[in-house]
Amino acid sequence: MMTTKDKVQAVEQFAEKVVEVEGRSLWQDARRRFFSNHAAVTSLIVLAIIAAIALVGPFFSQWNYDDIDWEALSDIAVLGRPNIENGHYFGTDTLGRDIFVRTMQGGQISLLVGIMGSAVAIVIGTLYGAASGYIGGRVDSVMMRFLEILNSFPFMFFVIILMTLFGRHIFLIFVAIGAISWLDMARIVRGQTLSLKNKEYIEAAYACGVSTPKIILRHIVPNVLGIVVVYATLLVPNMILLESFISFLGLGVQEPMTSWGALISEGAQNMEIAIWQLAWPLGFLVVTLFCFNFLGDGLRDALDPKDR
Amino acid sequence: MLTFISKRILEAIPTLLILITVSFFLMHSAPGSPFSSERTLPPEVLANINAKYHLDEPVINQYFYYLGGLLQGDLGPSFRYKDFTINELIAQSFPVSAEIGIWSFLVAMLIGVGCGVIAALRQNSWWDYSVMGFANLGIVLPNFVLAPLCILFFSIYNHWLPPGGWNGGAWPYLVMPVIAMSTSYIAQIARITRGSMIETMHSNFIRTARAKGLPKYRIIFQHALRPAMLPVISYLGPAFVGIVTGSVIVDVYFGTGGIGQHFINGALNRDYSMVMGVTILVGTLTILFNAVVDILYAVIDPKIRY
Repeated sequence: MMTTKDKVQAVEQFAEKVVEVEGRSLWQDARRRFFSNHAAVTSLIVLAIIAAIALVGPFFSQWNYDDIDWEALSDIAVLGRPNIENGHYFGTDTLGRDIFVRTMQGGQISLLVGIMGSAVAIVIGTLYGAASGYIGGRVDSVMMRFLEILNSFPFMFFVIILMTLFGRHIFLIFVAIGAISWLDMARIVRGQTLSLKNKEYIEAAYACGVSTPKIILRHIVPNVLGIVVVYATLLVPNMILLESFISFLGLGVQEPMTSWGALISEGAQNMEIAIWQLAWPLGFLVVTLFCFNFLGDGLRDALDPKDR
Repeated sequence: MLTFISKRILEAIPTLLILITVSFFLMHSAPGSPFSSERTLPPEVLANINAKYHLDEPVINQYFYYLGGLLQGDLGPSFRYKDFTINELIAQSFPVSAEIGIWSFLVAMLIGVGCGVIAALRQNSWWDYSVMGFANLGIVLPNFVLAPLCILFFSIYNHWLPPGGWNGGAWPYLVMPVIAMSTSYIAQIARITRGSMIETMHSNFIRTARAKGLPKYRIIFQHALRPAMLPVISYLGPAFVGIVTGSVIVDVYFGTGGIGQHFINGALNRDYSMVMGVTILVGTLTILFNAVVDILYAVIDPKIRY
């Protein structure tokens, strides 16, 4: 008896030492490849830093985003220069407001618009594309024709109409931008769904009597998620740019709130007197956009199943 | 092929009709009217003006008036620029936008495809990074930033180019609009070209061509470039429409008087017929160029048959 017990113990101890050989899943592989891409990892870190600064930065300044420094206002070209001593780290704009705090506050709005807008676009686009591709047939062709009609509208037409219909509330701007940017997303997801549709596991689910909405949500959507993630990171910079453009036209966020786009358009008007008013928000915008683009490229390379 | 083309044209008609209908009612459902923003007019005068433009009638009647005019090729009078019809305004401004657009398109395509091909052939090298970094500048520097920077550099600091105006399209007036217009397209075209070129260079027929001992330039120009251009062309169709219908940024900064500013001003001032006119123009061009892309696909790719 004793001997067999010893043997069992020995075997168990041995088994503990043996490291189980695990297969690498797609996601593990992708993570490994993503982290070996230095440009993408650096971009991720820089983006995290920018987001953190935009959130906590305003607490480190004695100024508020709508405070006017009357002293600096008397001579913007000299007193409004970037200066550590009077607390205007990035200088002031021509109205005597602190650029540092305004850039941070604008960053919050721009990043929020970028992320929320993409989120709305992704939800609508993924569901629409997956439904259209999976159901197929006449439904598919009607849904695709609808996309084609939407696509031939001038993009700005929608934006302006939505702005005038809903007023200039910042959260409606997110929704409006997102609601018109899902067209490409839907088309990409539909293409993926068409190739997934005939896979065995979908057939198995169908044979088990799973309902169509459930197949779309539980089996199709998770499997197109990779490509959606990649597209999303490329969508965020576009959203930020679009918001900037709308702010540039004077339809975006309302004063005294601001966004990078609004700051840049104000700065561009005053660039001959106060170049710093253009330079800081522009610098932040350019770095953010560069990072999102590199991140998107890195994710695409990492998640591309053809490239293993 | 002919049946395919005629089928595409027939399909375009209902699409256009829906486009017109939806944008007409959307536009009219926006609060405000073309004359509400001006100084308060005496009510009799306002009533007269409204009667002249049929604004006192139900929207559905206005819709049929508009549609009737449209069938005769009449886009209606402008509500904003009195004494001008939309046909005249578009005939005035579209050639300007189209000229800037076509030059920008050529520049964007040459530089974009060039950058993409170089980057793809030297993938992950110093060449790749610097060429793509240059091309990506177009994405991260939006044109409303690039336009004032161009003016600052070319006109204010160096006095090389006139800061704005059109002057019948003389080349010094064209340079800055074309720069501002083409950069973002350069970046997109370069990215797409790079991706598809890398994929093509890894395919079997390129390996065969190499094994045959063909010189490199013939492999690239005769075998690789043609299939690699397919995704680029599907991007170029819609991009071409966007590029020739102009941009409000270019019009505002350089005072070129293209179609972009009319559209934005029209939408902001509820100039219904102006917005409708531009929408119809853009919609028609979009549908047309999507069809052109499909036809080009068939010409380039022998596997596609209609």
